[in-house]
Amino acid sequence: MSDKSFSSWVKSGAPWVWLNAGAVSISLVMVVGLLLLIAVRGLSHFWPADVMEVSYTEPGKQVEIIIGEQIDVEEVPAARLKRVGVDLPEGQESAERVLLKVGNRDYFGMDFRWFNAPWMGEASYPEDIISIERREWGRFYGRLVSVKQQGEVVATGSGAYDELQHRLTRSNNLIAEIKQLEYKEIGKINHGIEEIRLDRRQLELNDVVAGSIQYVELAESEKQFDAAYKKLQDQLADLYSALNRDQLVVKMSDGRDVEIPLAKIVLTHRPNAMGIVEKIAFYGHAVWEFVSGDPREANTEGGVFPAIFGTVMMVMIMAVLVTPFGVVAAVYLKEYATQGPIIRLIRIAVNNLAGVPSIVYGVFGLGFFVYFLGGNIDDLFFQASLPSPTFGTPGLMWASITLAILTVPVVIVATEEGLSRIPRAIREGSLALGATKAETLWRTVLPMAAPAMMTGLILAVARAAGEVAPLMMVGVVKLAPALAVDNIAPYLHLDRQFMHLGFHIYDVGFQSPNVEAARPLVYATALLLVMIIIVLNLAAIGIRNRLRENFKASES
Amino acid sequence: MAEQQSVARAIDIESMGRGNKLNMENEDICLQVKDFNLFYGEKQALHNIDMSIAKNRVTAFIGPSGCGKSTLLRCFNRMNDLIDSVNINGEMLLDGNNLNGPSVNVADLRRQVGMVFQKPNPFPKSIYENVAYGLRLQGVNDRATLDNVVEKSLKGAALWDEVKDRLHESAMGMSGGQQQRLVIARAIAIEPEVLLLDEPASALDPLSTLKIEELIYELKDKYTIVIVTHNMQQAARVSDYTAFMYMGELIEFGATDELFTNPRKKQTEDYITGRYG
Repeated sequence: MSDKSFSSWVKSGAPWVWLNAGAVSISLVMVVGLLLLIAVRGLSHFWPADVMEVSYTEPGKQVEIIIGEQIDVEEVPAARLKRVGVDLPEGQESAERVLLKVGNRDYFGMDFRWFNAPWMGEASYPEDIISIERREWGRFYGRLVSVKQQGEVVATGSGAYDELQHRLTRSNNLIAEIKQLEYKEIGKINHGIEEIRLDRRQLELNDVVAGSIQYVELAESEKQFDAAYKKLQDQLADLYSALNRDQLVVKMSDGRDVEIPLAKIVLTHRPNAMGIVEKIAFYGHAVWEFVSGDPREANTEGGVFPAIFGTVMMVMIMAVLVTPFGVVAAVYLKEYATQGPIIRLIRIAVNNLAGVPSIVYGVFGLGFFVYFLGGNIDDLFFQASLPSPTFGTPGLMWASITLAILTVPVVIVATEEGLSRIPRAIREGSLALGATKAETLWRTVLPMAAPAMMTGLILAVARAAGEVAPLMMVGVVKLAPALAVDNIAPYLHLDRQFMHLGFHIYDVGFQSPNVEAARPLVYATALLLVMIIIVLNLAAIGIRNRLRENFKASES
Repeated sequence: MAEQQSVARAIDIESMGRGNKLNMENEDICLQVKDFNLFYGEKQALHNIDMSIAKNRVTAFIGPSGCGKSTLLRCFNRMNDLIDSVNINGEMLLDGNNLNGPSVNVADLRRQVGMVFQKPNPFPKSIYENVAYGLRLQGVNDRATLDNVVEKSLKGAALWDEVKDRLHESAMGMSGGQQQRLVIARAIAIEPEVLLLDEPASALDPLSTLKIEELIYELKDKYTIVIVTHNMQQAARVSDYTAFMYMGELIEFGATDELFTNPRKKQTEDYITGRYG
């Protein structure tokens, strides 16, 4: 009886439904779990956690006072503790070990330390502990003693913190001004001087006689640049001396007083004194800084804006290149080429291109685009700047083209698919009205196949945005000196190297000297990369859906 | 009911108009087919077709499925060029010129010989753009001209009153019958000489069919119409001349009244009385 009902249950198809539903659920759980893990680990980094003060008594050593932020706790078996001299009470199998971020790397030597919980005293969270984010050497924890102006104490005690904030705003404004001058103005002048050098070299290459009028003109404009540069130099010197006016004195956990120039400080806060609203505001600010700021300290501090910019830029240039190329190829294959063994072979080759490991494309890009094409472009158009290469070196353009080649099969396949779905009746309708084949394609078939092309583009973007390996060969660097877009003509510099979030993750995670500091940034950057891919995809899907709306009924 | 009306009207028109004795000898000839053969690869689909199609008359092709009537129709505007395996021999003349001649521009030919297909095939564009399509192809982009032609064509296809308030909405939202009339409007917008209708009403409901048939009466004043139909009543109602085809051969061709009331061939009689097909 039960046998029969079991077999009828199998026959009904219910087990398969369950199996499929189970597979879908597992996939969903994995995706959601992955995103959650990355999000939690990445986003919690920016939260201004409370900073504890605790006494630490290592047997046979002096009592230490530790100030730090709790990062991690782990259970350690008693046997392992015994080896380092911790004796646990009888029967206790394990004890906790706490990772504290103690900061002050320049004084303590390391800014993350493990502490054995049994040796730690009662933790307290005093409100006067100040957390300082510095431009170098990472975080600093301590107690504010006084604020100085050119060596003279101007504020101590409870008023000192407000005075500090006040002066910090001033010094940050000065730094912004200096940056503006150094990058924008002086950058322009440097660019101008470089242009003159190239012009002069070009004159030499063209065998213009020394001392002729062109040289004189160049020397004249060089003089102007020099004068402008001197003026800026003076301006900068003034700004720097203004910047170096203030210092603050901070007492570290071990009792030493330390003087820190305000010029070296990004911002300060007192985490233990902050209410929840203040903390949320601070958190928002920190996230914004991460997204919009430049990286500092070998990418382990500061923001990732150049990497975001590079990723988006590269993907967009790739999309602009791959769409027309893929669509044109697909139209030829589907509409014009005589369908036969050769076309079948080409189609197989195209499909197989999609399966070539991406690093191979990187090698190809480096060999063909960078060295061969780029080298020849330099020989032809940028001879003056040789031997230093212009296009004959990895850069944004080559990276985009390499990825375009990597993703073009996807666009071709999707577009061909779309073209073959256009009903014959529509084509005949157009032809019967006196349209040529090209007109039919252009006015009717291609617009109707646009959603399919967008599908191809979406897949291409999704693949390209996540690709790292080939980029390492054709343009991505750990730290790019300048963005690909700036205020110097021609404004878009396709020859420049750029930063990429994917490579940034690898670099921060595996090439950084400060592993503990880098770990949360790896998660945060990974989250950002995923989000950017999602946003790029959503944008493309949005466009596709709008296109599809127009043709909805025709697909039935 | 509706059918009776339209039959009544057909009789009306005939008694008012040209009289009921139609004779090919008194007609202006628009299309002429001379000893025409067509092959799909090895297989011959049309055998030695000889016929003349009169100007400003409706000519119907009837016959069982696969008899070659659609194939013949598609030769008039060279739609068969799209099929690689098709070979033809024999002559086909439009106003005395060989339309398969080497100097003929196919796009120009199709502008002169418009076609409406079995299933409505409006483009996924607005109603307005559907009708303006042919003109835009010819480079007409002047708004006033287009407006004018669109209105005229939609009126010509008896569709204007139904769609004049939603010209810029998608044509895909219309009913099947409306779509088919839109396709006819699209075809007449470029003022062809000949209009080929390939079973234009077979995918439509009876009421829409009726409208299409009424439209055909109205259009024949200006256009030469060739219609392929499975429906013998329809052929009898709308056409002036009828050709009966079977297995790729033209069995009988003559004035519709005669062919239906007094067929000369046994095969024709068998078919129209429903004995095979």
